[in-house]
Amino acid sequence: MNFDSNFILGCSAIGAGLAVIAGIGPGVGQGIAAGHAAAAVGRNPGAKSDITSTMLLGQAVAETTGLYGLLIAMLLLFVKPLLP
Amino acid sequence: MGHGILLSGGADIDFMIHGVFSYKLFGQTVWITTTHICILIVLLVLMAFGIAVRRTMKHATEVPGTFQNIAELIVEKLDGMIHASMGRNAVKFANYIGTVFIFILISNISGLFGLRPPTADYGVTFPLGVMTFTLIFYNKLKYQKVSGFIKGLCDPWPIWAPINIIGDIAVPISLSLRLFANVLSGTVMMALIYGLLSKIAIIWPAALHVYFDLFSGAIQTYVFCMLTMTYVNDAIEG
Repeated sequence: MNFDSNFILGCSAIGAGLAVIAGIGPGVGQGIAAGHAAAAVGRNPGAKSDITSTMLLGQAVAETTGLYGLLIAMLLLFVKPLLP
Repeated sequence: MGHGILLSGGADIDFMIHGVFSYKLFGQTVWITTTHICILIVLLVLMAFGIAVRRTMKHATEVPGTFQNIAELIVEKLDGMIHASMGRNAVKFANYIGTVFIFILISNISGLFGLRPPTADYGVTFPLGVMTFTLIFYNKLKYQKVSGFIKGLCDPWPIWAPINIIGDIAVPISLSLRLFANVLSGTVMMALIYGLLSKIAIIWPAALHVYFDLFSGAIQTYVFCMLTMTYVNDAIEG
């Protein structure tokens, strides 16, 4: 089968849009982490700085999967690996 | 790209790495890109700062002046961070972690000054990840010997060895990709805002700069150094 490059570019754009749906997971995860951190600060306000830094570290690590989706989208849109 | 989009002032969206000039080396074309130039600027700034600190510290006074105070504060904070997570191994790694921390931090926030952040190039972050990997590997072999290394590979049972090897190799890749993708996403966001909304991008992008360049950059720097320290500490302690 022979596709012209516009068709491939359009499909790449759809794929990029689908790839960034990966952002849902980290969003939910970061929200849960922040919620638990808020609860922890409420229980023990003295440990606020420790809790905040732990929360930020965990959130930044959890963010990685979403960023992989973003990278796939970037590759599809700008590097165009599917074009012949 | 970009024609026919509302509010676009005709400015092009530009966040790619550009080649500045090329030369031939052993029959291959090698490009000097904007990343090289930005990294050079960052290094020059850091070197100038280092020389200034050294000059001040030669005539260090009991009651510190402003600049001496700033330098002491930076060193104290870095030392505190490294000691908090590495404990008794901190002394050996304080130099490396401190250097990497300052370099990544200045690289990440250089987007504020109109540079393209050098860390938004996978060719910069991957070597950083590989350096972490080398440190982990070297310290594991040094402190746990070959027997401990093999024992660590066959952790629950020997049949898990391939999975453990994949897990070890994934460390530098995930470390470098995390830093790269975070900085790249900030760069792309700012480029999109300045490119697509160039007519109304007057003052409010400053708030986004604070988030994407300062906050995100600082967090990712902290995360990179923290994970490096944790991994290396684990490799030493076993």
